[in-house]
Amino acid sequence: MDYRISEPVVGPRPEDALPDSVTTAVKVVVVGGFGVGKTTLVGSVSEIRPLTTEETMTQASAGVDDIAGIERKSETTVAMDFGRITLSDELVLYVFGTPGQQRFWFLWDGLFEGALGAVVLIDARRLEDSFDVMGRLEERGVPFIVAINAFPDAPSYPVADLRESLDIPDAVPVVDCDARERSSSRDGLLTLVRYLYALTTTTSEPR
Amino acid sequence: MKEPKRAKPRPWEEGGPDRLYLLADDRNPPEEPVSLDVVTLIVSRSEAGSGMEPERASIVGICGYPLSVAEISAYLRLPVSAVIVLLTDLLTSGHVEARASIPARTMPDVELLEAVMHGLQNL
Ligand SMILES: Nc1nc2c(ncn2[C@@H]2O[C@H](COP(=O)(O)OP(=O)(O)O)[C@@H](O)[C@H]2O)c(=O)[nH]1
Ligand SMILES: [Mg+2]
Repeated sequence: MDYRISEPVVGPRPEDALPDSVTTAVKVVVVGGFGVGKTTLVGSVSEIRPLTTEETMTQASAGVDDIAGIERKSETTVAMDFGRITLSDELVLYVFGTPGQQRFWFLWDGLFEGALGAVVLIDARRLEDSFDVMGRLEERGVPFIVAINAFPDAPSYPVADLRESLDIPDAVPVVDCDARERSSSRDGLLTLVRYLYALTTTTSEPR
Repeated sequence: MKEPKRAKPRPWEEGGPDRLYLLADDRNPPEEPVSLDVVTLIVSRSEAGSGMEPERASIVGICGYPLSVAEISAYLRLPVSAVIVLLTDLLTSGHVEARASIPARTMPDVELLEAVMHGLQNL
């Protein structure tokens, strides 16, 4: 089936077209470990069927066969899901889901550049996955909030305990989220934007 | 009143010699003229030329209405990095226009965040 070099490109459905009046696009990033609910969250808030963009990661793999100095390269394709929310006639928001594991950080360069901020999505059954992510965001100066995704069999920790075990600063909002619910996912994004607003108005006010 | 202030370029139909305003950004070295973000919006300014390479023609074809670089990447099934290369040529030749996205590394301004908040609240 896949023998043709290029298949005809199918663009957006007419009902998915952005109005021509849109001039400004902003983005936020949802980041978390595998299976934490990123794709689900993006899908539940998006007005279009979520789309996927792929990047290829080439890694030199050191193996036992390298005696001759021949570098073996392995290629991995990493998918990023994203969705779109038209906020007004002029303004559109894109929501990207990206894996948080360290080996995917190469994806972050173009993605976090210019992003408003991030939602760190956490599965309470696997808290340790999120340490690296938050540290890395802090390093890059990307403001973030933490959303705990509600899996039924997850232990429910008091927020104070979560803050302590994940070392989340007091100022950073921590919210519960059900990524399957549009309103809950929307509220997660809203929490982020309110937090960004608070950061901006408290740091940029003239003294 | 609460609408975002920035990024109000002229309507794209107007055209004119300054249509490559993104290229004229003197903070960037000439070898890297356009800084295209995954959410930079692209709009076609003309029809695809008959001799145009299929990928380029596809971009011009699907950007009748604004599409982000990420959306173009998804529809073309090409990595963002490849799409950016194609778009750089299409911007230079004037086949497409890029609408400013939020400048990198600046704290978003208050009006913009207000507009995002209101938009989300009204969902
Ligand atoms: N119970 C519950 N299940 C969820 C939630 N979010 C995602 N899931 C499920 O968890 C699985 C992994 O989610 P997915 O969005 O693919 O995770 P990703 O790898 O981070 O993109 C899927 O089967 C989802 O249906 C949630 O909030 N609650
Ligand atoms: Mg996923």
